Amino acid sequence: MDDIKVNQNPKLGSLDRPNSYIGRSLPRENAKKHLDGGGQFVDDLTLPRMVHVAFLRSPFAHAEIKSIKTNEAKKSDGVVDVFTAKEIDEVCKPWIGTLGHLGEMRSPEQTPLAKKIARWQGEPVAVVIADSRAQAEDALELIEVDWAEKEAQVDMETALDSNAVVIHPELGNNLFWTRTVNQGDVEKAFKEADAVVETTLDFARHTGVTLESRGIVADWNKAENKMTIYHNGQAPHMMQHIIAKHLDLNEGLVRIVSRDVGGSFGIKVHVYPDEMAVTAISKKIERPVKFIADRLESFTTDIHARCHKISGKLGVDKNGKILAMEIDDLSGIGPFSMYPRTSAIETNQVLNLSGAPYVIPNYKAIGTVVFQNKTPMCQYRAVGHPIAVAITEALIDKAAYKIDMDIDQIRKINFIPDNAYPNKCPSGVPLEDLSHEASMDKLLEIMDIKEIEAQKEEDFKKGLLTGHGVISMCEVTNPSPLFYGVGGAHISSQDGASIRLEGSGAIHLSSSITEQGQGTEAIMKQIAADQLGVKMESVRVTLGDTDATPYGGGTWASRGAGIGGEAVLKAARKLKDNILNIAAAIMQADKDALDIEDNNVIRKNGGEGISLQKLAETVYYRGHELPKGTNAELLATASFLIEGIPFVFTNSAMGCQISIDQDTGIIKINKFWAVEDCGTQINPKLVEEQIRGGVIQGIGGALFEECVYDDQGNMQNATMADYLVPMAYEMPDIIVDHVTTNSGRSIIGAKGAGEAGTGGAPAVIMNAVNNALKQVNAEVVSQPITPEKILKALGKI
Amino acid sequence: MAANNSVNISFTVNGERFNNVNVPSRQHLADYLRSQGFTGTHLGCEQGACGACTIEMDGKAVRSCLVLASQANGTNLKTVEGFDDEMMEKVKQNFLKHNAFQCGFCSPGMLMTTKEILLNKKKLTRDEIRSEISGNYCRCTGYQSIVDAIEECINEIN
Repeated sequence: MDDIKVNQNPKLGSLDRPNSYIGRSLPRENAKKHLDGGGQFVDDLTLPRMVHVAFLRSPFAHAEIKSIKTNEAKKSDGVVDVFTAKEIDEVCKPWIGTLGHLGEMRSPEQTPLAKKIARWQGEPVAVVIADSRAQAEDALELIEVDWAEKEAQVDMETALDSNAVVIHPELGNNLFWTRTVNQGDVEKAFKEADAVVETTLDFARHTGVTLESRGIVADWNKAENKMTIYHNGQAPHMMQHIIAKHLDLNEGLVRIVSRDVGGSFGIKVHVYPDEMAVTAISKKIERPVKFIADRLESFTTDIHARCHKISGKLGVDKNGKILAMEIDDLSGIGPFSMYPRTSAIETNQVLNLSGAPYVIPNYKAIGTVVFQNKTPMCQYRAVGHPIAVAITEALIDKAAYKIDMDIDQIRKINFIPDNAYPNKCPSGVPLEDLSHEASMDKLLEIMDIKEIEAQKEEDFKKGLLTGHGVISMCEVTNPSPLFYGVGGAHISSQDGASIRLEGSGAIHLSSSITEQGQGTEAIMKQIAADQLGVKMESVRVTLGDTDATPYGGGTWASRGAGIGGEAVLKAARKLKDNILNIAAAIMQADKDALDIEDNNVIRKNGGEGISLQKLAETVYYRGHELPKGTNAELLATASFLIEGIPFVFTNSAMGCQISIDQDTGIIKINKFWAVEDCGTQINPKLVEEQIRGGVIQGIGGALFEECVYDDQGNMQNATMADYLVPMAYEMPDIIVDHVTTNSGRSIIGAKGAGEAGTGGAPAVIMNAVNNALKQVNAEVVSQPITPEKILKALGKI
Repeated sequence: MAANNSVNISFTVNGERFNNVNVPSRQHLADYLRSQGFTGTHLGCEQGACGACTIEMDGKAVRSCLVLASQANGTNLKTVEGFDDEMMEKVKQNFLKHNAFQCGFCSPGMLMTTKEILLNKKKLTRDEIRSEISGNYCRCTGYQSIVDAIEECINEIN
């Protein structure tokens, strides 16, 4: 197995090996269409006889639906029909959001539209089908629902109390799932510790706020018995299975097309009741049906994330060596566990990943996940990481302060050494090919802590509270079948690539990985062109169509480059081998004396070659000229799957410096640094942009974003003007650097890079804020860290 | 019902004439433009907060979700599909070079805001560029690459 050659110089120069694209920061030429207004998003699609829907959604967090009258609505202008659960359930079977491999999960059946009881504000209850969305919305006002509002269980902290409102009486209480990890003997270790520190942190609910909202066009073709779904999702083959299963269709006759997707971040990888209703409606009325969520629908029905309260305890000896860590995490997931990935995974990752960079011989973790009457919660970018990293890193800072040790020093002495892999997280999850020591060294090198310390003192004299933090973390990437498949979910861990040389000499590549703006298409092209020896512009790529691409999992959990990229590499090498065999036959040459450069088969020792176009023309149009028995296969396919470990981890070290205005409580991020080790970078610029975008989403969670609810379960800020997202003015420039430790699981050696930023930024921001507040003996323990919380911590309000 | 009222108007989009067309009186301009195939104009929030639908109306940037289609009567509109002059081609090249977009959904609005910045012909600091684009939401990039691209445009043009 030949290793790949990664190019140290990110720009291709005239002296470089031709077609050496892996490792270069090449622009995404394929994406220019977006700058010309030529993207193809779901809402851009119009089909003949297409109708639109609007959902009547529960205005209450918890209410009985005593009756629904739809007669007046049906008479409204442009209305085709109005359905409730009764009609939709005739076509679509219910689902249950549980998996089998993580212990008992209890979640009830869920249907596209609520029957009898609505359990969150925003849950769909009825649907109007009309010629236009505006007409459908007009008719919504004519539907009469006799509601009987019920008391809502809003607060997760009282969800298991004996007097709690039980959301699903058949389950007896509001417990969805619980897990305990117990490694070593924490009680004994805490007794032996010289210093023990504790804290409890709160993480508000926030959500993905993809700029393009969720959308779907379902097109049932009765004549072909075929369902075509245009969907802005992340996992087309998963959706193909689920739609076939619940609508009782032939899975091979369900086609999912995901063209351009306007951001996803995990939000668009789940099965949503309204989208299932849309497919059911198309089947029922035999017309194309479009649903595009408006922003209010996005805020109240896109999955939310976080919503954790976690207590932690850390014991260290007098030299700062960690002896034990204990955490207890509570999370509220709304009234249903999401399908099919479940809403247990965030808590599961909190338990898996807390303490992951460090040697912690004794570790105990309890996770409790409860139901509540709020929007369902599920996996969003950096699932569980922000909580795991923030609790770990907050405790480590506290321990450092207590024993008067530098915050970087305490980390360094506790890291799992870079030369001690393979190793394990404190939870027992296997780790390999990581570099916390080298990454922290690199971070400290680019940060200049001495200068930062000096500025802190200077600022303090001026009344400005300045502080800094550093953190280390592991990021889950490239999951194996042990993530979902083992638990019974039909979510592929294996991805495929198919590559062919066409009669024109062009290369066509298709992959089961999807694109939501990360640069999937660009890196696939880079890998294919590099490995084949052709110019980038001669490769075109097809993604996001179950009828046109190989089978596979799609894009989530930072798996595109590491898994999908490896499949492309393998397929391209196979095709190259085939081409050289054919060329050897045509050119009467030894195959080993041939190579491909710039779309030509060349003789390594000089002499006349043959262009790929000529070779392809010979194969396709004049195959009779080939020597008898030549295997003229110009289509190659390959698949790849991570085996033997649950995940391939990436590691990251981050630092930041912030200042707090004591009068307003406003936090300014002065500087932010991130060092990432994601192995081979196929396109370093795209990796850096993943890190930056991720960090900004992490900053959003740390400082701004919160789905605010009142006591009755009404979301209070479900507009983009009220829900604060990071905008350009508040955000810092982010300095990104790298350490490179390739994954030994693949030839390409790439790990994922999409989520560390979001996973680590909340921890490092919080540590920096508390580093600043420590100067006045104050502390914050709740995210988002709003100006109000700062002013309260300072005793000003 | 008011929903059925329409208004007869004339205007141009990217130089193309729309003479005496009937638009629903309650329809906003972004919905109308999209219904005519100008799907490069994107809707993110429909309340003027996200900036994705920003287009040019008589040389000024407007949120097309906050303008009624009927208000376009007598105006010249330009959408992202019409950003093809020399300056905007340069802007696009810089956006591409710096990867100043990922999913591309915010880009039409971001390009319009960039155009307005450049037409003002002022030399701006990075902080000032950040302030200028703070009405355009981008969830993917973290903004730095957009600031880089606009900074390069300003340096080239001034």
